Amino acid sequence: MSLRIVVCVKYVPDATGDRRFADDTTTDRESVDGLLSELDEYGVEQALRIAEASGDAEVTVLTVGPDDAKDALRKALSMGADKAVHVNDDDIHGTDALGTSAILAKALEKTGYDLVVCGMASTDGTMGVLPALLAERLGVPQVTLLSEVSVENGTVRGRRDGDAATEELEAALPAVVSVTDQSGEARYPSFKGIMAAKKKPVQSYDLDDLGIEADEVGLAGAWTAVDAITARPPRQAGTIVKDEGEGGKQLAEFLAAQKFV
Amino acid sequence: MLDHRLDSEYEDLRRTVAEFANDVVAPKIGDYYEHDEFPYEIVREMGRMGLFGLPFPEEYGGMGGDYFALCLALEELARVDSSVAITLEAGVSLGAMPVYRFGTEEQKREWLPRLCSGEMLGAFGLTEPEGGSDAGATRTTARLDEATGEWVINGTKCFITNSGTDITGLVTVTALTEPATRSSEVGGRASTRPAISSIIVPVGTPGFTVSKKYSKVGWNASDTRELSFTDCRVPAANLLGEPGRGYAQFLRILDEGRIAIAALATGLAQGCVDQSLSYASERHAFGRAIGANQAIQFKIADMEMRAHTSRLAWRDAASRLLHGEPFKKEAAIAKLHSSDAAVVNAREATQIHGGYGFMNEFPVARFWRDCKILEIGEGTSEVQRMLIARELGMTP
Ligand SMILES: Cc1cc2nc3c(=O)[nH]c(=O)nc-3n(C[C@H](O)[C@H](O)[C@H](O)COP(=O)(O)OP(=O)(O)OC[C@H]3O[C@@H](n4cnc5c(N)ncnc54)[C@H](O)[C@@H]3O)c2cc1C
Ligand SMILES: Cc1cc2nc3c(=O)[nH]c(=O)nc-3n(C[C@H](O)[C@H](O)[C@H](O)COP(=O)(O)OP(=O)(O)OC[C@H]3O[C@@H](n4cnc5c(N)ncnc54)[C@H](O)[C@@H]3O)c2cc1C
Repeated sequence: MSLRIVVCVKYVPDATGDRRFADDTTTDRESVDGLLSELDEYGVEQALRIAEASGDAEVTVLTVGPDDAKDALRKALSMGADKAVHVNDDDIHGTDALGTSAILAKALEKTGYDLVVCGMASTDGTMGVLPALLAERLGVPQVTLLSEVSVENGTVRGRRDGDAATEELEAALPAVVSVTDQSGEARYPSFKGIMAAKKKPVQSYDLDDLGIEADEVGLAGAWTAVDAITARPPRQAGTIVKDEGEGGKQLAEFLAAQKFV
Repeated sequence: MLDHRLDSEYEDLRRTVAEFANDVVAPKIGDYYEHDEFPYEIVREMGRMGLFGLPFPEEYGGMGGDYFALCLALEELARVDSSVAITLEAGVSLGAMPVYRFGTEEQKREWLPRLCSGEMLGAFGLTEPEGGSDAGATRTTARLDEATGEWVINGTKCFITNSGTDITGLVTVTALTEPATRSSEVGGRASTRPAISSIIVPVGTPGFTVSKKYSKVGWNASDTRELSFTDCRVPAANLLGEPGRGYAQFLRILDEGRIAIAALATGLAQGCVDQSLSYASERHAFGRAIGANQAIQFKIADMEMRAHTSRLAWRDAASRLLHGEPFKKEAAIAKLHSSDAAVVNAREATQIHGGYGFMNEFPVARFWRDCKILEIGEGTSEVQRMLIARELGMTP
């Protein structure tokens, strides 16, 4: 039977845009353009490489996100994924990481999977906890933060580069892995891929389809609550050190005062 | 009604190429340019993205797109750099297109898959030292040696793009195949035209010599060479299209190519706006950003207008081409207008950058050096005006 790979991808606000919070302290996803999280492109790339190496694999991309999240799915499909699953429901608004993992887990069970591939972190939330939460909910092994990954005979192997050591890891499938930005540059979609993506199936689910009650997720079901938001103060003008003989000393004092040295 | 929006697949392509240009081309191209080096690494990536196969069917290794898709990609590349854009333009529209349009099934199967993948580049040799605008005055000859079944080519071609890279596989050359002139139908009016044919010359054929690179004012990361042919023999089967139809063939290729050059010029014109906008907000003089001065704002507004109208012009010509309608006049208008826009915008962008604009490390310096050729290559501005006037029914 062919290897079923599911890549979890997140649709995030463009980091180069002017990101804001909405009145209910959730991220304002209306006023900025969104895109497929760049870190999740590495997940798609690794999934495609594993599929190409296996010769008999199917790559599904899965997202929990608003209507526009279909753009992220289409990008992944144009890179070469075979099909997509989009979980979308108004009641998902405000869901935290725990809730998101619950939704993703239900969707994965419904879709079926041998290998779940995640990015190392989203580029907006950046908690990096989802892969672990997912594995826990699914009751399967997790092998996270891999800079190299391959699948052979029902086993996923990978390398994790740490500060102190490099670990070689493996786990029996089914399993959840996450890959880092060191795992290999993601491909650019070709025009053929872009055209083909238009014809690939996108399955949509709402909470009902997944058997999830509205109050388990959303702001109501969130374990974390955001009490207040303060915008980061605008950047202050830099300090200019004029070298009139004392330049070096002044520079050292400045760096010391800022606790840089 | 005309629709100003791009279909989603075109928009996705445009965005993908823009991303590629900013992330991959922009950080590296300055170095290649400064050292007159051909950017093999970038070209390989462009090949992997399928850019060289954009307008060709999948059965020949293409992307199943069209000429419009190619032009969109050219505009986005040229917005960042013209050397890589012309490498793509010449590779596709001059290198591979003649094989696709006029080649036999066998020729297409032999050459197109490698040309489409970008692992091989093709070139088109039309211009000669004695003249480019008057392409009918070709002096290169090709004599058919009946005994061996080979063309014997003699002559010189100059300024040929993509002709001397490590990955160049073929040059299509135009040559006189009959010593005498004969009468043929050109541009709807009967005239006396020489019998010119197009012949595929594979790189490495004995008698085919590629000279060293020219020292150019611009397009420094693009490959341009002089080629000479001395009793260069290729099989008779390398004839592209019908014998004696070479003139009509390359007129068709050049008509299309003008739209591609117009898209490229639009990209350069738009790149000037991009660079000027950000510089004008960063650079301060007299206590405020220079962009706060209306003199600078008006300059940039005019630049944007030129880029915008250039885009409308090439898209209009490309859309006529795609619909199988006459597009000769519109292509000439697009080329004439957009190359003028590119030159004026590059001049203005340099002005906005002040002294830094005269420094090679700034992208606008590359734009300045790259813009002028757009009024010369693939038909000078004078030739475009001749074409437009002729389409209006005016005779010399
Ligand atoms: C205090 C707080 C409040 C929040 N409030 C809101 C809110 O109001 N509205 C809101 O939309 N978000 C909100 N979020 C963010 C949201 O909860 C998280 O984005 C989400 O739960 C995943 O966490 P993360 O982005 O940190 O993912 P990470 O754990 O950093 O992601 C790791 C990987 O998990 C996968 N992944 C993550 N998210 C998804 C997804 N949605 N679909 C598919 N795969 C995914 C990807 O592969 C990703 O690379 C909030 C977060 C916090 C911390
Ligand atoms: C970087 C570069 C790359 C090139 N790549 C290629 C390539 O890949 N393949 C290829 O075949 N060629 C290529 N060319 C050649 C280019 O197409 C020619 O330079 C161009 O067509 C002009 O021809 P010419 O240089 O012989 O100028 P000429 O034809 O000698 O023209 C000189 C001037 O006289 C003007 N003129 C000529 N006739 C008239 C007239 N009747 N009325 C008014 N004015 C007139 C012209 O407009 C021009 O201003 C390239 C050139 C350059 C510089």
